[in-house]
Amino acid sequence: MSAALSFKNPEALLAYAEKVKKYRQQRTMEIRVCAGPGCIARGGREIFSAIKATIEKNKKELKKKNLEVGVKFEAKCTGCHGLCEAGPVVTFEPSKLFYSKVKIKDAEEIVEKTVLNDEIIKRLLFKSCDSRGGDLIKKYTDIRFYALQTKVALRNVGVVDPSNLDDFIAEDGFKAFVKALTEMSPDDVIEEIEKSGLRGRGGAGFSTGKKWRSAKRVKQDRVWIICNGDEGDPGAFMDRAIMEGDPYSVIEGLLIGAYALGATDGFIYVRHEYPLAVKHLQMAINTLEKAGLLGKNILGTGMTFNLKISRGGGAFVCGESSALMRSLEGKVGEPRAKYIRSVEKGLLDQPTVLNNVETFTCVPAIIDKGSSWFASIGPKSSTGTKAFSLVGKVKNTGLVEVPMGRTLREIIFDIGGGIIDDRPFKAVQTGGPSGGCLPVDKLDLPVDFDTLSRAGAMMGSGGMIVMDDRTCMVDIADYFIRFLIGESCGKCVPCREGLRQVHELLDRIIRGDGELDDLKKIDRLCHTMEVASLCALGKSAPYPVTSTIKYFRDEYMAHIEEKKCPAGVCKSLVKYDINKDCIGCLICKKQCPVDAISGENKKLHVIDQDKCIVCGICYEVCPVDTVDIISGGEIVNRRELEVVNP
Amino acid sequence: MNSETKTKASKKKAAVLKSDTNGKLDQIFDLYPREEDSLIMILQEVQDRLNWLPPEALDRVADELNVPRARVQGVATFYRAFSLEPRGEKVIKVCLGTACHVRGAQILVDELERRLDLKVSHGCTKDGRFSLETVNCVGACAMAPAIVVNENYYANVKPDKLDKMLKKEQQS
Ligand SMILES: Cc1cc2nc3c(=O)[nH]c(=O)nc-3n(C[C@H](O)[C@H](O)[C@H](O)COP(=O)(O)O)c2cc1C
Ligand code: FES
Ligand code: FES
Repeated sequence: MSAALSFKNPEALLAYAEKVKKYRQQRTMEIRVCAGPGCIARGGREIFSAIKATIEKNKKELKKKNLEVGVKFEAKCTGCHGLCEAGPVVTFEPSKLFYSKVKIKDAEEIVEKTVLNDEIIKRLLFKSCDSRGGDLIKKYTDIRFYALQTKVALRNVGVVDPSNLDDFIAEDGFKAFVKALTEMSPDDVIEEIEKSGLRGRGGAGFSTGKKWRSAKRVKQDRVWIICNGDEGDPGAFMDRAIMEGDPYSVIEGLLIGAYALGATDGFIYVRHEYPLAVKHLQMAINTLEKAGLLGKNILGTGMTFNLKISRGGGAFVCGESSALMRSLEGKVGEPRAKYIRSVEKGLLDQPTVLNNVETFTCVPAIIDKGSSWFASIGPKSSTGTKAFSLVGKVKNTGLVEVPMGRTLREIIFDIGGGIIDDRPFKAVQTGGPSGGCLPVDKLDLPVDFDTLSRAGAMMGSGGMIVMDDRTCMVDIADYFIRFLIGESCGKCVPCREGLRQVHELLDRIIRGDGELDDLKKIDRLCHTMEVASLCALGKSAPYPVTSTIKYFRDEYMAHIEEKKCPAGVCKSLVKYDINKDCIGCLICKKQCPVDAISGENKKLHVIDQDKCIVCGICYEVCPVDTVDIISGGEIVNRRELEVVNP
Repeated sequence: MNSETKTKASKKKAAVLKSDTNGKLDQIFDLYPREEDSLIMILQEVQDRLNWLPPEALDRVADELNVPRARVQGVATFYRAFSLEPRGEKVIKVCLGTACHVRGAQILVDELERRLDLKVSHGCTKDGRFSLETVNCVGACAMAPAIVVNENYYANVKPDKLDKMLKKEQQS
């Protein structure tokens, strides 16, 4: 509505919210074009522009159909809709119509057919990958991927236009903050959060209410509040999706926290690789400063809260709380020993509360709907919902949110639709570099903080990477170790040197030079790192290794004893061969970087093993899957049909 | 080029760089308080403008913020975001996050190294066009494997799509 909003008091904000909602009731159709992390990579933004342009062209036509633009009809650009696999996604309200894999050239047809004439474009409907058959599904509410989710932290992501404050207010934005300000004392807020059972979503799962309470107990004039948007776990993008798609909710959470703690200054520390998150958050901050919701004398109540964004430097360890605070001070991000607690001595040695993006986003929902509502979701010890990025070798990759306590099977097979190409499931990795890999017989474990830790994995921030029979577990273990070698700050010896030694040993196994004794050595090194490292990075670094040795020992043994990589991944142990089904299409020959493939059009191609550098490109590009991977004298890439998925 | 003209050329380049550097950096130091706390933000601003952190720029940052030069070096080398080597006009970042790794991202890195005759995080192509880096997740995990070239995302990249990508980036 009006560009320069400014609210003098809480009542003015509530009154404005009523006005916006009433105005919006006239709206009979809304198009939501996804520009989340996945869809943007496939042109979501350009599709939005094309749709906008077509609407502009058809303005008169629309008005005739009683779809006056801006009043009865609106098209907006939103954050991630969740089912990124189907992207670019375009949805319609209130019909819930869901279009997938939309292209720029579809824009005109969408406006002319679907908007103006209620006609559904069949080719854009989502094809279900459920084993029950590939039906075309019209409404997203009928897609199993969506039907099985409960959204709390992601409630507005994919719903609101992140640059539009009205949109947020229309979804009850700032209602919780006003409630806290006007009906609750700061201590009431803390008590409510504590009663909700909310545990930090950033990894360790510490009680948020307790953390806030202990910061409050410290007798100091100044408390800092920081939002951790560093999201360093590779394979996780929940926090990115929230910061980009619903920045106002993050800020509302921070505001409620600031009110509860009496903090006057706060930071959002955003990962270096997320420029768009910085942009959207900064736009939101600027708007809120003008609107009287940030800065001095917030909503006329005398409350002051200044919020700044700090761009991370691109170091994984800076996601750790004490390292993050050093980084905010402009220093090298080295963690310090845990006995100094940051709630007492954090940023600039003053009491500091640090919480994750998703944690802050849950706060307004809890204040608005009450702690008992939140506590009623999920098991007693891990209440509420959790967002996951469901990725890897799973059919429906994307962003999901489920009540705690759902099983891995439900998430991977019911929501995720199972494994790509229906290959056998091998493992699921949770918790990033501090987590572990769980095998098929753990699929029925409920997903909550404590169960996953007991199983040797970890909830972590919510990355869930699904692996099939073509993923080598030794390679995955080494992958994480290499990752951590690059990211260890190098301050303590167990972590710095331990990682290198473990890598040496794993690399030997991968090259086919491993010995049985190596596993024992790895085990001892892992133990030392776990007990003697300075921070959680080193302490938890062994988990990807120990969990794979525990659950996939036979795969290690195959590398060591048979010199075979059962997944066909480890280069030194595999070779590629083209089988007789080759159709002679010349594609692999053209793509081979070392000209090792000979053959003519429509004739069998052959790989010259002396020239071959085992790069794997021919396997990747073969359109008819006739490249075999051979290891230990056997073809290893053919799916074993007896191993049907659970 | 004989060696004499070569040194001349590189000297000239250094001189250009120096004046250029100073001109471009002037406003940065007024954006933030001149204190150590601002170091990372200042370095980010410098890199945004110059695409890398040349030694003389680090000298200047140390002077302006009154921070020991060694500390500036320490911070600049600690964080991945900073490059102490000149980078190409376009930086090709191949994601090696877990989701991309299990979907074959390493093959893409190897192939790009071969095609561009470059090593990851080392220098740029002869024409100064590209440099190659790897990142741990760009948040497009659902579209793995992902490559980002400056601001452009490429999703579900297979080795045979690299040609088209390089061609497009070469032209634009
Ligand atoms: C090596 C390391 C990396 C971490 N990375 C992150 C991160 O990227 N994001 C995050 O929210 N927490 C991360 N954490 C956890 C934080 O230290 C801290 O526990 C968390 O941000 C607190 O917020 P919460 O209680 O809301 O979870 C990391 C911890 C370690 C040891
Ligand atoms: S980014 Fe569009 S659905 Fe996830
Ligand atoms: S792992 Fe590659 S984008 Fe996340």
